[in-house]
Amino acid sequence: MTKPHLLLTFHTFRPDGWQLAACLLAALVAVPVAVIFASLLHPEKEIWAHLGQTVLASLLTNTFWLCSGVMVCTTLLGVSLGWLTGACSFPGRSFFTWALTLPMAIPAYVMAFIFVGVMDFTGPFQTLLRTLPGFERTIIEVRTTPFIVLVMSLTLYPYVYLLSRSAFMSQGNKLMEAARTLGLSPWAAFFRVALPMARPWIASGLALVLMETLADFGAVSIFNFDTFTTAIYKAWFGFFSIQAAAQLASILVLFAMMLVLVEALYRSRMRYHGSARGGSAQTRIRLTGARAVAATLFCFFIVAVAFILPVLQLIIWVIEAAGNNSLPNYNSEVSRTLLLGIVAALLTCSAALLLSYVKRTSPTRGNMLLCKFATIGYALPGTVLAVGIFLPIAWLDNHLQNLMEVMFTIETGPILHGTLLVMLLAYMIRFMAPGFGSIDSSMQAISPSLDEAASIYGIRGLKLISSVHLPLLKKGILTGFILVIVDVVKEMPITLMTRPFGWDTLAVKIYELTSEAEWERAALPALYLIFASIIPVILLIRQSEK
Amino acid sequence: MKIKALLAGLAMSMVLPAANALAQDEIVVYSARNEHLIKPIFEKYTEKTGVKVKYITDDAGVLLEKLKAEGTRTPADIYLTVDAGNLWQAADSGVLQPLESEELNSNVPANLRDPENRWFGLSVRARTIVYNTNADVADKLQSYEGLADENWKGRLVLRTSKKVYNQSLVASLIASHGEEKAETIVEGWVSNLATAPFSNDTKALEAVAAGIGDATIVNTYYLGRLMKQKPELPLAIFWPNQKTDGVHMNVSGAGLTAHAKNKGEAIKLLEWLSGPEAQADFAGLNMEYPVNDSVALEPLVQSWGSFKGNPLNISVYGELQADAIKLMDRAQYK
Repeated sequence: MTKPHLLLTFHTFRPDGWQLAACLLAALVAVPVAVIFASLLHPEKEIWAHLGQTVLASLLTNTFWLCSGVMVCTTLLGVSLGWLTGACSFPGRSFFTWALTLPMAIPAYVMAFIFVGVMDFTGPFQTLLRTLPGFERTIIEVRTTPFIVLVMSLTLYPYVYLLSRSAFMSQGNKLMEAARTLGLSPWAAFFRVALPMARPWIASGLALVLMETLADFGAVSIFNFDTFTTAIYKAWFGFFSIQAAAQLASILVLFAMMLVLVEALYRSRMRYHGSARGGSAQTRIRLTGARAVAATLFCFFIVAVAFILPVLQLIIWVIEAAGNNSLPNYNSEVSRTLLLGIVAALLTCSAALLLSYVKRTSPTRGNMLLCKFATIGYALPGTVLAVGIFLPIAWLDNHLQNLMEVMFTIETGPILHGTLLVMLLAYMIRFMAPGFGSIDSSMQAISPSLDEAASIYGIRGLKLISSVHLPLLKKGILTGFILVIVDVVKEMPITLMTRPFGWDTLAVKIYELTSEAEWERAALPALYLIFASIIPVILLIRQSEK
Repeated sequence: MKIKALLAGLAMSMVLPAANALAQDEIVVYSARNEHLIKPIFEKYTEKTGVKVKYITDDAGVLLEKLKAEGTRTPADIYLTVDAGNLWQAADSGVLQPLESEELNSNVPANLRDPENRWFGLSVRARTIVYNTNADVADKLQSYEGLADENWKGRLVLRTSKKVYNQSLVASLIASHGEEKAETIVEGWVSNLATAPFSNDTKALEAVAAGIGDATIVNTYYLGRLMKQKPELPLAIFWPNQKTDGVHMNVSGAGLTAHAKNKGEAIKLLEWLSGPEAQADFAGLNMEYPVNDSVALEPLVQSWGSFKGNPLNISVYGELQADAIKLMDRAQYK
């Protein structure tokens, strides 16, 4: 009598443990968001009224055009490049496969500065143009909407590219072959079979792009382009009202929540379970003649514009700034930056894997929402999220110290803040979205029948993850890992606010020099930063090709 | 080897609090002034006195929020930042404490420090007009207010209104003319713009040098930095408002935090920073003007000649900052 009972409790307890962990994770994310929402309790009516009367309308229009433009451009670029390198074969394909991810290593603020520096009136391009006959009086305004859309798209398209590419690869070519056998042209097969099948991946890529665009402050401020985020900074650094800034930020959070809900509803109507077998060389669509040349040229053009040229410009600045002086050495910043990136990526991807597993094994509406909620930190401007994290930590720390003093009469000094643990947690909260997005998309591609088969053999929980899911998730995890490392390496506001004494990273060095517009001097740490994030990108892409 | 040490460091920092922040003979500074401008000075101080100075850099607003959140437990002894508006905000939100020091009072002119001695200017930043020497501006250049005149149509270049330096400048316009007239002036500037406002002073200077516009308003040290790199640029300084209230003055400065753990040493450091030995570097490294007038000017700065500065107490910028931003938003100064 007792035995079946025990078994029963064991069986029901097990998912609860996972559930509990997932809830804890979501709660961790919830704290900073809740701190930000709490600001709504005391509305800053005066600042709101002022913004509403003066700048809010134009901020919203600007934000709308920026987001739409960036989404359209990154979809076009990301999907076409993902398809070419993932499903076709043409000269240089294996080189472009990883070269096309490199622009991700260039932070949007660095790209924006290089673009404005080279292309604005006073830059070499227009200065040269004015020396040509007939162009002496030509002035091209580059600090305008189309150009900021272009700059942001060039740094953000790799998100869509990486995810859609892995979608096309995991579809295998059986489906395409079937579609072709049924008489569809290659284009029709792409639009009617491959593309709809890849939608969840493209959607998670786009969600990342949209969140990054909404949260961006660095690039838009170099263009002096006013977006919603600008208003948040104005409220904080101009009116010194962290309250009003947090209130504006909560609107951003609400918007992001709406977005993920819409996406979740739209996606819940579809199921995708591919064969999870990559397109091998034989099954790729072989491009020949003019098409092959066009494909190679297109890929080369994007790599050149989004990576080679900007990096060359940085190198030119480094040489100019160096003169005869010896260049400063950033070795310790490089190792700190990489170390933080790797540890944060490990932490974030493990947490993402856990969430994704819970969502898979008990796909209740509650769990769907839980996962969506856990990724919300990505849509917040880093500085605002940093405050949301810092306030509760400082509060807790003060109370812990009081407790220590009262109970043990020990003066401990700060217990939590100023430790790397806080910094790593903050990174995890901020970058859960890229980690979770790619892991969960791959998780969805694993057929549930596999789990059922495994459970017949008593394989569940950790065992199920490690022996069944992990091997199939390799690509998704690697993608998530790269995305998080690269994001952490580029991250600025959270690093600035939570770093312990002496833990300056490359981003901190760049901040130091750029906050007073010494961009030419910042070129060197920027180059280091780009190369530091390239290392993991190349290593992991190589790995995923195998 | 190095990686091992780093990993050990990582492990330590994960679990060990930054307890050594409480060690004796160590001063902790929260600084919005860049590392390369403060590091050499603090190193000099340590060499001289044996007292260590630890610092963390970030935006002024972020550091202020950090101080507020940490409350009585803050490790910071000194808050160092740029712009009088930022200093005023810090004092206003109660994170700084007044301090009595004969030395600071005699080294820092009264209009460049808090009337209640909660912060002290340590270097002067003059925000002035720079013009293109090839442009015909001789009779058109007089004052900040004059740049709003019709005859500047399409010739003025400005930095964004989001930078605190411009907010302080407009605050001083409000202080001397009242809000209504100040708004007319800013509206005039906006309608005279040659191109959309730039995100930094250097870009504005380059635009003037390229002839996109005839003049701009910048902090002098940006011109200094640019001219050291490209001395051939056709740019020159004009000191405005010499017959009226004088050139707009701002500072970078510092104050003692309300809950400083190492008060005595922190005050000594502040006094030293205002003294002749530190002043030459503190201002000179960035080609600013020292607050302490016994100190010689950096040669390039010297070459710009002398001028009359606005004697207004700069704490006014903080009081009027919000009004200034609202005014600029109304005038559609981006």
